[in-house]
Amino acid sequence: MRVRQGTLRRATQLTLLCCALFTFLGAGDEGARFNDLGHRMMCVCGCSQILLECNHVGCKYSDNMRGELMAALDRGDSDDLALQAFVQKYGTTVIAAPTTTGFNRVAWIMPYLALVLGLTTMVLIVRTWRNRPLVPRADAVAPVSGAELEHFREEARKDTET
Amino acid sequence: MSQVGSFALLLALALSAYSFLAGLLALARPGPGSERLGETARRAGIAVFGIVFLAAVVLVVAAFQDDFSIAYIFHHSNRDLPIAYKFAVLWSGQEGSLLFWSLLLATYGLVLRLRHKTDARLFAYASVIIAAVQVFFLLLLNFAAHPFAVMTGELPPDGNGLNPLLQYPEMVIHPPMLYLGYVGFTIPFAFALGALIMRYPGEKWINITRRWTMVTWGFLTCGVFLGMHWAYSVLGWGGYWGWDPVESASFMPWLTGTAFLHSVMMQEKRGMLKVWNMWLIFITFGLCIFGTFLTRSGVVSSVHAFAQSSIGNWFVGFLALIFATCAFFYVKNRTHLRSEHRLESIVSRESSFLFNNLLFVMFCFTVLWGTLFPILSEWVQGTKVTVGPPFFNKVAIPVALLLLLLTAVGPLLAWRKTSTESIKRNFMWPAIGAVLVGVLMMIFGVRPWADVSYFYALMAAMLAVLVALTVVSEFVRGARVISGHTHQNLLASMVHLGHRNTRRYGGYIVHFGVAVVIIGFLGSAFNLDQEKEMGYGDKMQIGPYTLVCRSYTQEDKPNYGSEWAIIDVFRNGKQIDTMYPERRFYKASQQTQTMPQIHPTVKEDFLLVKDLYLVYEGLNQDTGRPIIKAHLNPMVPWIWAGWMLMVFGTIIALVPNAVPVRLTAPARVQAAPVGAD
Repeated sequence: MRVRQGTLRRATQLTLLCCALFTFLGAGDEGARFNDLGHRMMCVCGCSQILLECNHVGCKYSDNMRGELMAALDRGDSDDLALQAFVQKYGTTVIAAPTTTGFNRVAWIMPYLALVLGLTTMVLIVRTWRNRPLVPRADAVAPVSGAELEHFREEARKDTET
Repeated sequence: MSQVGSFALLLALALSAYSFLAGLLALARPGPGSERLGETARRAGIAVFGIVFLAAVVLVVAAFQDDFSIAYIFHHSNRDLPIAYKFAVLWSGQEGSLLFWSLLLATYGLVLRLRHKTDARLFAYASVIIAAVQVFFLLLLNFAAHPFAVMTGELPPDGNGLNPLLQYPEMVIHPPMLYLGYVGFTIPFAFALGALIMRYPGEKWINITRRWTMVTWGFLTCGVFLGMHWAYSVLGWGGYWGWDPVESASFMPWLTGTAFLHSVMMQEKRGMLKVWNMWLIFITFGLCIFGTFLTRSGVVSSVHAFAQSSIGNWFVGFLALIFATCAFFYVKNRTHLRSEHRLESIVSRESSFLFNNLLFVMFCFTVLWGTLFPILSEWVQGTKVTVGPPFFNKVAIPVALLLLLLTAVGPLLAWRKTSTESIKRNFMWPAIGAVLVGVLMMIFGVRPWADVSYFYALMAAMLAVLVALTVVSEFVRGARVISGHTHQNLLASMVHLGHRNTRRYGGYIVHFGVAVVIIGFLGSAFNLDQEKEMGYGDKMQIGPYTLVCRSYTQEDKPNYGSEWAIIDVFRNGKQIDTMYPERRFYKASQQTQTMPQIHPTVKEDFLLVKDLYLVYEGLNQDTGRPIIKAHLNPMVPWIWAGWMLMVFGTIIALVPNAVPVRLTAPARVQAAPVGAD
């Protein structure tokens, strides 16, 4: 048993080592900025699609917007600056997700807050349930004992035997 | 024709109202005549099916006869519409789809009323509640969204035609499936509310409702996945889920319905969560109605919502009435819903179900919150904001991953209490398998630190493998015990095992299907796309595939004109397929529609299958050459395979258990180390 535990520990250590090794390999792709920003904006033609996913034939907006985004990146605009320029030109609905300022913060906070509140409530409920005594049912039958109980047990054994 | 339809709808309303009022009276005032009165109510409910069916037939016949004197037919059909889509006219517009909803409810009601002998009093309550819901929809059909309204003035020679997005084979089955799911939740809702009103003793109502709920859940699952497949095959953006409000509307009741299917087991086996289950099914039904409201009221913008109309107010009123009724009877009879047992251990099946339910409901809340936040924002700060995929991906995916973890862990925990030893024993190999997959993915270039989508993909892959391996280990462990006694091979033993507890093992197959679907989803982190104008002989490279434009042409058909390209697909210099991406122009509706072409690379990549997805974007007016967009979407076919497994698992779970076969071996079978379902 001890040998098996040792093997398991070594396997776990080896796995962790592999994970750490691969974690330090490779680097982020800087060229993905256009793709990233293009997926953080909506096409404003009314198709309700992400800018880089708008495939409407002859869409007058998406081609121009992609060109503007490319131009902003070529100018060396930061992500925030590029997005801000789009908001000024096309309105707040051009951004595909609420910003993290002002009232829009509520959009982001609420799901996590609800999760935390839900978890807390559940932990409290679980604690209460663990500590509470059993409530007998109104229509419950009297407990059985002795030979009758043995008979039921024998029946249960037969039913669950495979 | 329209007069027959109008009369049928009025008659159906009168009969539904009678079924509701007479049924209510019979239940409220038990006496010598109440049984007969209740029987007349039941029969009136049965007759509603025949009358609503007649109305639906009249509308379809009008579509086949191109009867443009009926405004609905004029707006949603045309002379050259293919026959299959003439049936689809029934659910392609506001009024027709409400009639279809009413027809499905009448059909469910018919089955319920014919099976009333199972428990006459509970079924009578359920029948009255269904009649009340039917009255609401028939009121809508008669007074707010009349499908037989007639055109005024000179009759038009042809109709406006069916929306091109709906002229796709799947649209003949996707809406019916979705509606069967939506409408079907009326039945468990009716049983639950009926059981609460009559203070139904015991958990028999849960047993009666279980099959209804599973069938309904199965239909809703099919509806949601068919919708995804339709979006993928028709909308031409290379994706299948865009967090559109109408998609979310179908997903929310699916989430709470799934939570309900799990939590009812707590009530059945341990007499716990009675209040929760009651409210969960109330909420699920409410969300079905809410989804219909979202689709039809125009409060949120969506690619496939119906036009803005006044019927939204009707739905708001109906939702308020449902909530008030449920709340009233809950307050009145809440003492009836006390739990009978206490929780014995945190590490148990019970607590895993609690967490599972919490996460499902939180997931649903997140989707609801994101869907409604634009309205809230406009109300509070006067400006509308967009809540699109980036929001949902950030807040919903972590919850989904936690749910996936519980899908793996939950089934291996025993009821009441699970020992640490048992957890170690059951989890060791699946966990090693999951970690191994994670390491392999990193070796093959998945860098979770490079992009959050890669991190999610890695986690999802590991958890999906964990789920799959735990399911497989459960099957193998059980099958080995059977094999040891019957000397059958392992596969036959697995079939035998599944047949003995169809609900448990059907559920495991559904879990396995979910894992397969998740593997399909995670492929989206590695999607590629390219766009190019392609003349004769022009080439485009995407991944290992070379696309060569052989030709492009135009064609004219009665219902539409089309432009399409012929693209030869090569891999490693060898031609593997020819694809025909197309764009259609529908004459009656004057709308264009892309028809993407999809080539799943099963032969070339086997398990690491990808979809080569070509879209004909249009002609460059200056050069006259087509613009082709190519997507390479890894693992997408896994989604559809996982969906098939989920449906298969649901069907298995619906099959009655086989009578346990007595084994000849004298020895007792050792109890399984994990909790039996």
